[in-house]
Amino acid sequence: MSKLIQINPTQTGPKYWRSLGELYNKPEFRDWVDSEFAGGAAETLDQGSRRNVLKLMAASFGLAGLTACRRPEEKILPHSKGLEGFIPGKPDRYASAYTLSGVASGILVETYDGRPTKIDGNDKHPTSFGASTALTQASILSMYDPDRSKEVLKGGVPSSWKAFTEGSKSVNPGEGLAILSEINNSPSLTAMKQFVMGKYPNARWVEYEPVNYGGAAAGSALAFGAGVDAHPQFDKAKVILSLDYDFLGIDSPTTLVTRQFAQGRRIDEHAETMNRLYIAEGQFSLTGAMADHRLRMKVSEVKSFAMQLGEALGVLPAGLNVLGNTDKKTKFLNALAKDLKANQGAALVVAGPRQPAVVHAIAHLINSSLGAPVVFTKSATGGEDPVAAIKALAADMSSGAVSTLVILGGNPVFTAPADTQFGAALAKVKTSIHLGLELDETAKAASWHVPQAHTLECWGDGSAIDGTVTIQQPMIEPLYGGKSAIELLAMLFGAPSAKGFEIVKNYWMSAFTGDKEAAWRTALHDGVVAGSASAELKPGADAGRVKAAAAAEPKASGSGFEVSFYPSATCYDGRYANNGWMQECPDPMTKIIWGNAALVSPKTARDKGFKDDDMVKINANGGSITIPVMVQPGMADNAVWLNLGYGRRSIGRVGEGVGVNVYPIRTTGGFWFAEGATVEKTGETFSIATTQEYHRMEEPTLPIPTNFKRPIVREATLEEYKKNPKFAEEMVEHPPLNSIYGDWKYDKGFQWGMAIDLNACTGCNACIIACQSENNIPIVGKKEVMRGREMHWIRMDRYYTGTEDDPQAVTQPVNCQQCENAPCENVCPVAATVHSPEGLNDMAYNRCVGTRYCANNCPYKVRRFNFFNWHKNITEVEKMVHNPDVSVRMRGVMEKCTYCTQRISQGKIQLKADARRAGKAVELKDGYITTACQDACPAEAIAFGNILDPESKVAKMKKQERNYAMLAELNVKPRTTYLAKLRNPNPELA
Amino acid sequence: MPAIFSRSADLILKLGGLVVGAGLMAGVGLYSYASHPRVQDTGYQPEQPVPYSHKLHAGTMGMDCTYCHYTVTKAGFAAIPPTEVCMNCHKQVKAKSEKLAPVRASYETGKPVEWLKIHKLPDYVYFNHQAHVVSGVSCVSCHGRVDQMVEVRQHEPLNMAWCISCHRNPAARLRPAHLVTKLDWVPDRDAEVIGKEIIAAKNINPPVNCSGCHR
Repeated sequence: MSKLIQINPTQTGPKYWRSLGELYNKPEFRDWVDSEFAGGAAETLDQGSRRNVLKLMAASFGLAGLTACRRPEEKILPHSKGLEGFIPGKPDRYASAYTLSGVASGILVETYDGRPTKIDGNDKHPTSFGASTALTQASILSMYDPDRSKEVLKGGVPSSWKAFTEGSKSVNPGEGLAILSEINNSPSLTAMKQFVMGKYPNARWVEYEPVNYGGAAAGSALAFGAGVDAHPQFDKAKVILSLDYDFLGIDSPTTLVTRQFAQGRRIDEHAETMNRLYIAEGQFSLTGAMADHRLRMKVSEVKSFAMQLGEALGVLPAGLNVLGNTDKKTKFLNALAKDLKANQGAALVVAGPRQPAVVHAIAHLINSSLGAPVVFTKSATGGEDPVAAIKALAADMSSGAVSTLVILGGNPVFTAPADTQFGAALAKVKTSIHLGLELDETAKAASWHVPQAHTLECWGDGSAIDGTVTIQQPMIEPLYGGKSAIELLAMLFGAPSAKGFEIVKNYWMSAFTGDKEAAWRTALHDGVVAGSASAELKPGADAGRVKAAAAAEPKASGSGFEVSFYPSATCYDGRYANNGWMQECPDPMTKIIWGNAALVSPKTARDKGFKDDDMVKINANGGSITIPVMVQPGMADNAVWLNLGYGRRSIGRVGEGVGVNVYPIRTTGGFWFAEGATVEKTGETFSIATTQEYHRMEEPTLPIPTNFKRPIVREATLEEYKKNPKFAEEMVEHPPLNSIYGDWKYDKGFQWGMAIDLNACTGCNACIIACQSENNIPIVGKKEVMRGREMHWIRMDRYYTGTEDDPQAVTQPVNCQQCENAPCENVCPVAATVHSPEGLNDMAYNRCVGTRYCANNCPYKVRRFNFFNWHKNITEVEKMVHNPDVSVRMRGVMEKCTYCTQRISQGKIQLKADARRAGKAVELKDGYITTACQDACPAEAIAFGNILDPESKVAKMKKQERNYAMLAELNVKPRTTYLAKLRNPNPELA
Repeated sequence: MPAIFSRSADLILKLGGLVVGAGLMAGVGLYSYASHPRVQDTGYQPEQPVPYSHKLHAGTMGMDCTYCHYTVTKAGFAAIPPTEVCMNCHKQVKAKSEKLAPVRASYETGKPVEWLKIHKLPDYVYFNHQAHVVSGVSCVSCHGRVDQMVEVRQHEPLNMAWCISCHRNPAARLRPAHLVTKLDWVPDRDAEVIGKEIIAAKNINPPVNCSGCHR
């Protein structure tokens, strides 16, 4: 075969690798790849002996014989009173809001018979436009978490709401009252705050979250004065520099940024050019993977880099305290400065949340000198720096100045900076009341804990980054009788009404003008309060102040070992730790699941003698932690990167004890990064689970020449693409492909297909969670994932190219490719997987006997086998998250992506019914039937639809010259095709 | 050494084997027959909490099926109506009847009447009433003459072979959509011909692939 199929020698492109193990062809890697089945594929969950299995089988046959004649009695329970517009089994969608780190996004929640099952983005919302992040999607599972806080605790002991109401009357609200809230972006909570502060003027209000944008706020205050938010318009920029800002990944709270960036990068019949992205960063982030040029440096060195760029662009005076240059850095700086200057009006510099105020201010100064596309508005959240605020609060708690503390959500005992000693300070507060979703560390330490209502259970509101307000409406009564923050405040401090609905509605009825009831209903329906977006400001940058601040900055040492902290893409700051979907969702770059690790560069690992899975002790900021190491390509040297949110001591059965808590070495002084850390091997090891080598698409057992590397992901530069637009298809030359079965003509009706634009995909994982939520995909746990048994129907492959020190990376989502000549179908002995006339590779679960031949024969490795009944041991309340339109699969059954066949069926039924009632022909509008991954994608990288309709987006994408079918040389004719990735490097840096 | 078994033992062994084999086959056959949906499910007629007579309501009084099962043309489920629908009439009619006590109790307390489900498909099958009713498949095709049943029983096996037989040859069971709830309708000409006309007019093409019904 290898003689016939030629990988075009002129077009091979770079060599791709997924892990350092693969790059160096380590024995562990060969073992994993060469084995036909993953190790332990035949083992059972509890290592039961063969005899036990036979005994169990005999018993279950016996039971089957006895029970077969029994028909289970089922009941139908209709409502007593009819509900207007309610149709059993038909989902409704309601608009609401989901808030993270003080930023609301507009969501649409699908509810079946009053039971919310899925979250999507609200297409009418200006910063969500229908897309949603993985974290937003997964929040629905957190609501159904059976380990959530269910009752009032007094001093950690179960109590009651009645006792709490009585007990809270003795709260002395006069002196020493403090309220600690999460970052507040809610107008009705602000109104409630004003009510409380009006009644008790000596009370203090503090806002803190462990992941916040305090640095950005301080930076814009330095440049423009307080209360200004900057909104970079990524779609209007041609050259973008990111200063340690992972805006395509975890650093951006909204999907808007990804959408705008992808728009600027799209190449199609309308656009022939694309933006160019430079990044200076330490950790290899998703934004770094997308970048055309990347300069790695420690987080502490970014400030110096920003100043040097300021000098080069003439916005800062020369002679600042900057670090020396390497050749590479000089070349990068010069080319970057030239490129930025050449693109006046379309050049943009953005700084990330880990960077101090001065870096943000310098970015603003550069932007105003370049006429960068940035829109300014009044800030939607309060002004005080959250880190300084919690430090001051903790000091007052310790000194006894705070006698009553009300904590509105969050988990400060776990997440507050270590030097505030928040836990100890809390013990000194006479009365502390904690409102929280979980029985977390703070709940157990506070004198009172009351259960909080989840976002989907209570009334509220929240503003997006541009100020647009969305009213948050409940989808379901609180499952465990929780209260929202506004309800608790109203109850404690005697507001006129203590009902969330009345508080929120009254607030808005007083804010609306004209027909108030209609305005309220429209706002609820649309998920947007009309005209609530903040007015645009035109602030002038105070160059003198920024220059003075830059001149006063001390020089970064440049030497020494650095430690820096990142919100986890899976657990965020720890609040998703008990969420199985997120725990099992691979980190976008490292592909670690169920845990975190200290990430170090290959050079640092060599210098220090570390290898993967070594436990190391990190001393920094006056504390120490012990954590396993993972060597990651592309990281800056002499530094270690840590993900927040793991190592929860108290949260529930999913997240407790998973990973390592890194908060003990995070302090107010070293909140995001700190120098002077020491890292020592302890001599112990720990198995980190990572999926980076799983599901490879090359046949390793054939005697293939060593240089034979199938082009799986394909990319080129913009220049190369312009010279040869069909480069992707031409990467493989193969003889005419003929099938021995004869070709089926798929030329009638609807023919479903998918196109994925690798140029837009950022690898953010939103599609993985959307698919998991839509298709009832189970969670299997760390041990099973390490055996290669994870169940995700769509996986995100990440490939590196280049050297281990300075690699580039590409992400590629892979789902079932729905081959027209599907190799899985030929080998199924029971015809459990067969083809539909619409080109779908159907899977009939109830026919499957679990031979797993299909998975072995699948060249794309997209089939997943239920080694166990993963749904067996879940609680009743967790079952409520299931989509009733999709079968819950049993043990012993194969499954895979269906192109959301339930949506196709429902859509077709509705279309045909409407057409038949109207006596018209069936007409499918493009976008009427969508897949869950497509809906979620913030970059609009996925298109799905009828490929026979030339006007459909998917057909248009497939017509593009970059379109290629993965492994087309196997003649499997996949319905999913990819648009090759393009990069736009600066010729001067080539 | 004399043989332990006589010559006839051979025959006994063969006969014995035959008997055991036949017994096993009969057992398997009996089991297959007894567990077939046609035997197991057809005729299922549980006692409902309220002795509601379809014969009286739909037959004698001629109420249309969709008066109560009003979601049948709009959704997958032909839902059992809320208690309120019963009370539309029974506030006046037989308002004191002992038999209607559970209905009145439900109406007053807000708790549902616990009806027993008769027509049950496996969880991996997604039947949609709307798709069938709009295309002109009558209620009677799957549910039988409910207007003649005092207590409803399952009339058809509802197994996959039975579904597929109609999906492969829908013509015999199609009628004009406005007649689907007219259970006693008799075609005035050849049903096949009428069915074929409807198939042509509405472009009816029932799925026979797996994903048509399984999701």
